[in-house]
Amino acid sequence: MKWRRIPLTASALLVCVVAVFPVYWMVLTAFKPTKDIQAPTPTFWPTTVSFDHFATAVRASGFWLFWRNSLVVSLGGVLLALAVALLAAFAVARMRWKGRRAFILMVFVAQMTPWEALLIPMYVIARDTDMLDKLSMLTLIYFMITLPFTIVTLRGFLGAIPVDLEEAALVDGCTRFQAFRRIVFPLLAPGLMSTSLFGFITAWNEFAFANLLIIKNRDDRTLPVWLSSFSNTFGTDWGATMAASTLFMVPVLLVFLALQGRVTSGITAGAVKG
Amino acid sequence: MSIWPYLLIAPTVLGSAYLLLYPLVRNLVISVQHFRLGELIRGGATFVGLDNYREALADPVFWAVVRRTLLFTVVNVVLIMVLSTLVALLLSALGKWLRLLVMGCLVLTWATPIIAATTVFQWLFQSRLGVVNWVLVQLGFEQFQDYTWFANGSSTFGILVALIVWQSVPFAALSLYSAMTTVPSELYESAKIDGAGSWRLFTSITFPILRPMFGLILSLEVIWVFKSFVQIWAISQGGPGDATTTLPVYAFQIAQSLNKYDLGAAVSMITVLLLVVVLLAYFRQMFKQEAEL
Repeated sequence: MKWRRIPLTASALLVCVVAVFPVYWMVLTAFKPTKDIQAPTPTFWPTTVSFDHFATAVRASGFWLFWRNSLVVSLGGVLLALAVALLAAFAVARMRWKGRRAFILMVFVAQMTPWEALLIPMYVIARDTDMLDKLSMLTLIYFMITLPFTIVTLRGFLGAIPVDLEEAALVDGCTRFQAFRRIVFPLLAPGLMSTSLFGFITAWNEFAFANLLIIKNRDDRTLPVWLSSFSNTFGTDWGATMAASTLFMVPVLLVFLALQGRVTSGITAGAVKG
Repeated sequence: MSIWPYLLIAPTVLGSAYLLLYPLVRNLVISVQHFRLGELIRGGATFVGLDNYREALADPVFWAVVRRTLLFTVVNVVLIMVLSTLVALLLSALGKWLRLLVMGCLVLTWATPIIAATTVFQWLFQSRLGVVNWVLVQLGFEQFQDYTWFANGSSTFGILVALIVWQSVPFAALSLYSAMTTVPSELYESAKIDGAGSWRLFTSITFPILRPMFGLILSLEVIWVFKSFVQIWAISQGGPGDATTTLPVYAFQIAQSLNKYDLGAAVSMITVLLLVVVLLAYFRQMFKQEAEL
């Protein structure tokens, strides 16, 4: 029976190579000295490790500024979404009220919003309300993009916490808010954590709105927009471009590592691609 | 009947009204107005009825874009579905360690930000120093020496397909695989005793049982590919020529470069309408799955 495993193992390795190679090549190029990058025959293994390209990327004008902008906008949007979603998720998971079904339906529909088709009106609205070139407008948009998904997943996590626990606390003399803070919130914390990290990735990666709404004030650009215009910044310096891409990917990778269990168990909500 | 639940959902409803519903309505309104650069700056747009839609639909370029978008969607989605089904089947056939390895590799791909992936693919297919050309030349395809992939319409189209398929397979494969693990193994065992081969096992057991899951993933992928904008914009901006201009890119182009916001809004509305058709299929599948709403 052993020989039957060979094609299976070979295809498994092929899948791994295809999946990993572009990322591997990015990191490898980032660490290669320029003369190795420009060599007519590429090397596929690290021979000499150089940090020059990372230095070039980090020293590029505005890098830390764009890094900070991305962080502020992503965190702002996600925290706002978390606070608002927590309220809504509680109402949906714990209370019975008229219009509940319609509300849930609305959230599901909102989750599938084709944001790519709303670029033009967003631009016009931002212009009319003097929000063009403002990071706060991006924060609001990222809040809205991540909100529906955050409500859906938080509702799932809340639903998994037995109501009995809360009721016992109420019987013991807690107020509804105390019961939530002392009993539900600690149990909900892991769910809050993973939900917000997924939202963070979505916001961190967002390009279309950042590219459209930040035009004149170049200091307010975010990392994805800056990175997409690498040929303006680095010209044909592919080492620096790959170093910048690597630095851009690191936070996302860390988040994925922190979430590995949940990722592989298959969150079908389509959170990451939005 | 308490007022509390309504207070709790109020921020969500208000936020969605301003940041989702209002832009959608505004898009609809702009699409029935004369709204160019002058109206953007000074305001006072006049209503012109369905003129913008008539203009868009009468333009042969629009129909070329629609055909290209459909081709782009079909090619991508077919590749994604076939490859991710194969990878999911592979995962369920592998031993524990090899399976964890493959899953780890897929998650790495999945975690790659779109913009990082677009820069890497531009580097892989770079004409002079790109590793793809080097490999092709080594394999004996001398014509790929210094071949400029992004100067040619079809090769740019091909690279975009490769990029989107590469990015989409991990999610679909991992979801299909985790669905496959829920199929009771007794079914397979008794079918094997009856002499069924692997193809028969897939067509008579796996696929029929997981049909809703396949439907769900299929409609999600159709939606995602159909509206994909960032990959195309970051790599080719719809070019060279208009070889990679799909509907979302086309709408953005006529609004941003030509300042025809009205026409762009009309094309966006048509895109949304086409998406709604797919979305309805998706929601039907999803609510069948979500028994308790």
